[in-house]
Amino acid sequence: MNIAVCVKQVPDSAAKVVAEDDRVSWGDAPLVLNPWDEYAVEAALQLQEAAGGEVTAVSVGGESAKEALKTALAMGCTQAILVSDPALAAADSQAIAHVLCAAIQKIGGVEAACFGRQAIDGDMGVTGAQTAHLLGWLMLGLVSKIEFKDGKLQVERSFEEGIQIAECPLPAALSVSKDIGEPRYPSFMGIRKAARAEIPTWDLAALGIEAPASVVRWPRISNPPVREIKTEMIEGGSPQEIAEKLVERILEEKVL
Amino acid sequence: MNGKILVYIDQFKGEALPVSWEALGAAGMLGAPAGGSVSVLVLGAESRRVAEQAFQFGIQQAYYCDDATLDDYRPDPYAAVVTAAARAGAYDVLLFPTTVRGREQAALSAVELGGGVMPDVTALEVSDGRLVATRPVYAGKLLAEVVCDAAPVVITTRVRAFKKPSADPALKGEPVRVEAAVPEGDIRIKVTGYRQAEAGVSLTDANVVVAGGRGVANNPALSPPAGLDEKAAEIWRGEQGFKLIDELAAVLGAAVGASRAAVDAGYIPYEHQVGQTGKIVSPDLYIALGISGAIQHQAGMRSSKVIVAINKDPDAPIFKLARFGVVGDIYQIVPPLTEEFRKRLEK
Ligand SMILES: Cc1cc2nc3c(=O)[nH]c(=O)nc-3n(C[C@H](O)[C@H](O)[C@H](O)COP(=O)(O)OP(=O)(O)OC[C@H]3O[C@@H](n4cnc5c(N)ncnc54)[C@H](O)[C@@H]3O)c2cc1C
Ligand SMILES: Nc1ncnc2c1ncn2[C@@H]1O[C@H](COP(=O)(O)O)[C@@H](O)[C@H]1O
Repeated sequence: MNIAVCVKQVPDSAAKVVAEDDRVSWGDAPLVLNPWDEYAVEAALQLQEAAGGEVTAVSVGGESAKEALKTALAMGCTQAILVSDPALAAADSQAIAHVLCAAIQKIGGVEAACFGRQAIDGDMGVTGAQTAHLLGWLMLGLVSKIEFKDGKLQVERSFEEGIQIAECPLPAALSVSKDIGEPRYPSFMGIRKAARAEIPTWDLAALGIEAPASVVRWPRISNPPVREIKTEMIEGGSPQEIAEKLVERILEEKVL
Repeated sequence: MNGKILVYIDQFKGEALPVSWEALGAAGMLGAPAGGSVSVLVLGAESRRVAEQAFQFGIQQAYYCDDATLDDYRPDPYAAVVTAAARAGAYDVLLFPTTVRGREQAALSAVELGGGVMPDVTALEVSDGRLVATRPVYAGKLLAEVVCDAAPVVITTRVRAFKKPSADPALKGEPVRVEAAVPEGDIRIKVTGYRQAEAGVSLTDANVVVAGGRGVANNPALSPPAGLDEKAAEIWRGEQGFKLIDELAAVLGAAVGASRAAVDAGYIPYEHQVGQTGKIVSPDLYIALGISGAIQHQAGMRSSKVIVAINKDPDAPIFKLARFGVVGDIYQIVPPLTEEFRKRLEK
């Protein structure tokens, strides 16, 4: 069974991100593999261990996204593919889903596609379900545990009320939560393999599709209003006195 | 915009998730001035009861489907009913609450209906006849104004970003049952069981959150029982620390949160994690105990109304967000704090 894992390159989670003239700037902060996609890679590798086959990491992005793909290779993915095309510069999540759908079909023999919970730049959390729908596959969102038995996937999914345990045939797409397990570290061999890897780039022509329509736009990006927080340090006296003062002040805020 | 809005009410066993009613509040803001209408759709077992309840918020129509194929939440049969209802009513806005099911259904219906999806929205306005949504992006470091050039516009509303509309029990109506669209034989996924989440106040909906970090394990006066290895001893220390947190939370009727460091160390399960890779909360009061306030933690709690921090380190970044701060040891401050709250709140 072949597995695809969709990964995005994003600014590091600790980056100071600001809006400058409606453009997003993260200074010289590094670009990394989307942290949620590390869990997706982990899930894909777990599935591969259970079911065999190859794991292909796919990213839609610019040339630099090859670095994120190399991280996925170092973790143990079999191969990686970059999909890059100038026509995708302003693609929305639905357009990306169309492209990922075409890429997964082109890889061939893919029966499971793994996604991260969300990309930490746009914080959308929808691309997995949209791609699944376009593929005509089942979507299993927020999977916290995955097993492959008798040709079927057995998964646990997290909902507000608790965990749902479900079973389904392939093909299926899934997005994973943190409970899937800590992403494995790149191995020494993996890092060497990734460093030497030639990552093929497919454009839209190679996928045999036109640029898909993007309908959601971000005409304005701004820095959130600065909250004037006057911090009041409660000090002096015994812990008991501090506690009394603190409770008094909190009650005055009328939030309880 | 024709102002026809459909709101998906997410429910479990006849109880609407609170953010569903908040989505209805967002719909009221849009529909009312434009002379439009607001309808709701509720799916699953006991959905009729929830549909009846919805009328008290002043909606025009409530649709429900309690077909047996929808007893368990499964994305495809749910999406088939949602999209059929959306088509039948020619709505130009579909609103979902930002829940696991809501976000998934929003994504699926947008792509099926050829609309566009804008998840986790915190503000909505109509400007020149078009809907402009505000969404926090980059973990809330930025705000994006987003617009959609296709219909329907599909939106999910962030928890606690919109006000639940006021209820008038005198308002009543007769919900309309709609049909399921996929027969059981065509549904590929089978649900085989459930495991309930631990009881307690839901973190995302909570008015008050008390959260603990790595610091809760740091009580030199406590020594773990003999025979534990290093890791088990560390977890034991963390669990003792969270007892302190639990007691304060119980007195305040608060939900318990945690930093990733506390979760990763095994003091408390992941479902309590607040932050960029955990839950986003926005309570009226957030009390951070032994949490340094890393940027990824801030991403999950920055929008809390009043933040209180207790930390030994006067330079901890959490103090920059705090309305009130105490530089001190939580093991000294929290027990009298809990007692004091108990005394004051009982009156
Ligand atoms: C991709 C990514 C995603 C992440 N997502 C999240 C997330 O979702 N949520 C999250 O929280 N973190 C997240 N992190 C981790 C984050 O960077 C920090 O490592 C984490 O928040 C630190 O947790 P902490 O404050 O409990 O621990 P520390 O930073 O170790 O702080 C412990 C604090 O406790 C204080 N302390 C110690 N003993 C006492 C005592 N007895 N009394 C009072 N104070 C005491 C110390 O002074 C210190 O400030 C993420 C990191 C990455 C890279
Ligand atoms: N440009 C992209 N290339 C590859 N995968 C992507 C891309 N954008 C999103 N994804 C996948 O979809 C998931 C959800 O992304 P989003 O809906 O943008 O939050 C991510 O965690 C990735 O697994």
